[in-house]
Amino acid sequence: MSAVTPIDLPVDEEQKKTLTRGERKVENGFAKGTKRRLTSRGATIAALVIAVLWTIPTFGLFISSFRPANEVRTTGWWTIFSNFGLTIDNYVEVLGSGNSQLTLAGAFINSIAITLPATAIPLVIASLAAYAFAWMDFRGKNMLFIAVFALQIVPIQMALVPLLQLFSRGEIFGFPVITAFGSAGYAQVWIAHSIFALPLAIFLLHNFIAEIPAEVIEAARVDGAGHGQIFFRIVLPLTMPAIASFAIFQFLWVWNDLLVALIFADGAVAPMTKLLAEITGSRGQDWHLLTAGAFISILVPLLVFFSLQRYFVRGLLAGSTKG
Amino acid sequence: MSSFLQWLSTLPPLAQVPIIIVAFLALIGILIFFIEIAPRRGRVYTIARLAACVLIPLGILAVLESYPVAIIAAGVLGLLFFWFDYRSSEGAGYLFQLFGFLAPAIVLLAIGLVVPTIQTTIQAFQNARGDSFVGFDNFVWIFTQPQAVRTVLNTIIWVLIAPVVSTIAGLAYAVFIDKSRGEKYFKILVFMPMAISFVGASIIWRFVYTARPADQEQIGLLNQIVVWFGGQPVSFLSVDPWNTIALIVVLIWVQTGFAMVVLSAAIKGVPAEQMEAAELDGTNAWQRFINVTVPGIRSSLVVVLTTISIASLKVFDIVRTMTAGANNTSVIANEMYTQFKNFEAGRSAAFAVVLFLLVLPIVVYNARQIKKQREIR
Repeated sequence: MSAVTPIDLPVDEEQKKTLTRGERKVENGFAKGTKRRLTSRGATIAALVIAVLWTIPTFGLFISSFRPANEVRTTGWWTIFSNFGLTIDNYVEVLGSGNSQLTLAGAFINSIAITLPATAIPLVIASLAAYAFAWMDFRGKNMLFIAVFALQIVPIQMALVPLLQLFSRGEIFGFPVITAFGSAGYAQVWIAHSIFALPLAIFLLHNFIAEIPAEVIEAARVDGAGHGQIFFRIVLPLTMPAIASFAIFQFLWVWNDLLVALIFADGAVAPMTKLLAEITGSRGQDWHLLTAGAFISILVPLLVFFSLQRYFVRGLLAGSTKG
Repeated sequence: MSSFLQWLSTLPPLAQVPIIIVAFLALIGILIFFIEIAPRRGRVYTIARLAACVLIPLGILAVLESYPVAIIAAGVLGLLFFWFDYRSSEGAGYLFQLFGFLAPAIVLLAIGLVVPTIQTTIQAFQNARGDSFVGFDNFVWIFTQPQAVRTVLNTIIWVLIAPVVSTIAGLAYAVFIDKSRGEKYFKILVFMPMAISFVGASIIWRFVYTARPADQEQIGLLNQIVVWFGGQPVSFLSVDPWNTIALIVVLIWVQTGFAMVVLSAAIKGVPAEQMEAAELDGTNAWQRFINVTVPGIRSSLVVVLTTISIASLKVFDIVRTMTAGANNTSVIANEMYTQFKNFEAGRSAAFAVVLFLLVLPIVVYNARQIKKQREIR
């Protein structure tokens, strides 16, 4: 489970307006019309204190990861100026360490190989379903949609073990149904992540797809486009921003996940989170390695976060402001 | 399928990525093509639809290397579906399109979430090997073993502390930085932990908590502060019950950013006129905050609290990485995994069910909200 979850719970109409208004203000820049500073000096100092408190732990990790092993082990990182020394040896060493099957460098590659398909596949499947929920009529549509929505809050712990049995033995309820492919590389992690992402993805994408003006869809239909073309030529391009912002979440979710990896990605296909958790257990006092390893693992999410921050915030609010 | 995946797994990892994505997109492309031509009139299209109805389910099960009986049954069901579709009141092909859009998601959800949830529930009433029913034994075990009771209690402590503290911290921060200079950068600093994995956050905080013997220099920041104030270094992660609080701090550190971003947007959305009116009435900042801002963002507050509550109920990575449940820090999600690793399938499932029961009220409440919203439209 990752730290990032878009808010996906419904709020009332009034609040939806409030949030949308606020979001717009955030996006248009704050300065407009509010040149006058309204906060007091005390509040600013309190904010500064919180900001520093929140940043120092990460900062300490960052500094320590560049200090020589011996220094990290014996002196605090805040004494960096009295015990000066910078090195990248920690990074070289940690990339080569791991367990008998895998090094951290290999785990980094695994993380990429797991994350990209596990982001693309559920997005496509979910946007198909979201289209049907938004623009096609059928009996029981509301019930089915609510059922899908409810599934996203069900803890995935409920599904892990039986799903593992399906992959490794091909069984459902003890009856063999398919040929097992449990040991075949990344396949089971991809499928597991795709399934677990679906409920939230369908719900959020539906909210965006339902916002497309009915006239646009109607016009396309009059011009003779079927549902396939409408989906591919109109809905997909129009909802690209929403898909992009959900893609960021799914990417971070899979990249940062530990639980699904522990169950479905064993041995040589384990991602970085799993290997790091393992190293923390076995070499918990080797801080020069842990700090460097942790920093490598958070580097990619931080890059994604800083470069795509705007989509991030928009996606975060989407579950409540849209639909 | 299994041989394709076996072959795929022999390739270098980064070569597998484009292959699987292209193969998947090709399948979806074919599906969309059939959806597009499905409603067209004419014998050719009817035959194409018939072929798709029978061959696709048949093909999928064949590729999955299921049993011949199942493969044939899938084909027959497809035929039946074609007939239903042909007689459908919305015109032939409508059901086909609907199925094309929905089936991949619904089938995956059924196989991957609905059926396993049922299986886990059944397993919770079975013994460790899953071959005989033991009634409520596993639940009795959870609620009588001191260790297991402690696990449940810890989870409740998480839910009581983490959401409230992160929401208050996030709200306070959002108010403090509202309309201040450099608000954007202030936000980034507190928001950043959200992008970090729980595993990364756990290592960051383990480092903050590290303790070394009193006669040596401290390398953990928190213990250094304790020593500066003349105290003895404390091993924060092993002193029961404060170690659970030390773990909760990590979740608060991560979730405050989330609360702050959502509440900040809500605060900015509170109509300026209301604030000005209150100001004209001569209220001070605190009164304005309590009487105007808080009622204006109440619904957002509830959503933030609920979201973080769900996150704290399911918390796993933090406990796993920092203590693995040692020294009475275990929580339900961690214990579920530990029991699974110890081949105690029944107890593991029972823990999962307890977790499910704890989130159930939240599921029901929100499902009703959604239902209400959809009925209004």
